[in-house]
Amino acid sequence: MNRVVITGMGIYSCLGKNLDEVADSLYKGKSGIVLDPVRKAYGYRSGLTGFVERPDLKGLLDRRSRIMLPEQGEYAYVATLEALKNAGIDADYIAQNEVGVLYGNDSSAKAVIEANDIVREKKDTMLVGSASVFQTMNSTVTMNLATIFKLRGVNFTISAACASGSHSIGLGYHFIKTGLQDCIICGGAQEVNHLSMGNFDALSAFSVHESEPEKASKPFDRDRDGLIPSGGAATVILESLESAQKRGATILGEVVGYGFSSNGGHISNPTVDGPYRALKKALEDAGLEPAAIDYINAHATSTPAGDASEAKAIFEVFGESNPYVSSTKSMTGHECWMAGASEIVYSMLMMQKGFVAPNINFENPDEDSVKLNIVKNTVETDINIFLSNSFGFGGTNSSLIVRKFI
Amino acid sequence: MNIEEITVKVNAVLTEEFEVESAKLTPDANLKETLELDSLDYIDLVVVIETNFGFKVKPEDFAGIVTIGDFCEYVHSRIQAKELV
Repeated sequence: MNRVVITGMGIYSCLGKNLDEVADSLYKGKSGIVLDPVRKAYGYRSGLTGFVERPDLKGLLDRRSRIMLPEQGEYAYVATLEALKNAGIDADYIAQNEVGVLYGNDSSAKAVIEANDIVREKKDTMLVGSASVFQTMNSTVTMNLATIFKLRGVNFTISAACASGSHSIGLGYHFIKTGLQDCIICGGAQEVNHLSMGNFDALSAFSVHESEPEKASKPFDRDRDGLIPSGGAATVILESLESAQKRGATILGEVVGYGFSSNGGHISNPTVDGPYRALKKALEDAGLEPAAIDYINAHATSTPAGDASEAKAIFEVFGESNPYVSSTKSMTGHECWMAGASEIVYSMLMMQKGFVAPNINFENPDEDSVKLNIVKNTVETDINIFLSNSFGFGGTNSSLIVRKFI
Repeated sequence: MNIEEITVKVNAVLTEEFEVESAKLTPDANLKETLELDSLDYIDLVVVIETNFGFKVKPEDFAGIVTIGDFCEYVHSRIQAKELV
């Protein structure tokens, strides 16, 4: 079995457009949440969202490549460009070695809706143009990244709701651990637009604390009233230790555990047992005791039921050692398909720079979160091993464990 | 709209939307070989024509179009036919 290491990272989110900007926002506990008037006019119950600016790709990509990319594909491209640079992997290396891509994405709603609006109006499918079909498929991100970077290894998309990004890293870990691939681009992408989240808003799952957008996301807080949708993209370069050492790469961390489970229950109501089993499996896979974990980046999205279930599961497994816990969604909102990947990047940045980012807006605990060691303000401390949770609709659960490379 | 006006508009579209170098935009420039337009670009040309000139193209109409000059002639003929109606 191969050891699996992280040799590159890239991020494009509401906390910043690159690793340095994001690390700074995390340290300062800065929120990326705004109130979007377009959503209110469109009929949303809540107009709150993470704010992510579209990147300008002119000069970086030719026209054909640009028009093939939907919004989340643009974010994924920018994050992957940074991650490959960070890893020291260039076009020559990709031409000579089999590099794969496994990326999380679970919608391309804007592209679908806009194309169908054209057909409905013009009564002619051809007028959607050549790029539409490539933008609208769920696999749009992997098909575009594989084409742009000329990748020749494994190539498919992981759609697992809000655990998509996490499972993509988990699967990449297994592909490399078992020797099927030496290097894989993993990550998650999430579109941020008013067309993509209306039906999620319909479930009354979003916070309506619109008067203070930056204070609206309150994971684990007694007075939380829902999540805030957000997005962008995050990429990590996974590599076998042998491959990384052979090319003299800087090793940023090692993926040591991946636990997964399905709740076997309701499509949207969370359970304690599902996450509990994912946590236990991740620890077992890593061969670690709960006390070895220094920090848990919680899935906690700021919904009443979800946060309570996760708090119970974390306490059941980690109650004795009581590691630091924070939900970076307090700053980012819920980055959905991207979240499992971005939260690995956020936690990696904390591990690299020696701090735990705060769970902002955590003012009053409830009966479950009071038992956890939730970080209200930035703590400067060494993180040697962290765990990151991601859960999604349908009861899909994923827990990843990463440690400093020794 | 006369052929000169159409040519100016077509060249502008090719420069701005298809990012073709303006130096390549001569009447006898081959759409596939010189401008490197592929089968997907032809779909986008259909969209461009509809947007800029207001008529729909059938893909088979492209069969006889080889150069920019041919393309402009085609657009001109379709516009004339439309104006006659």
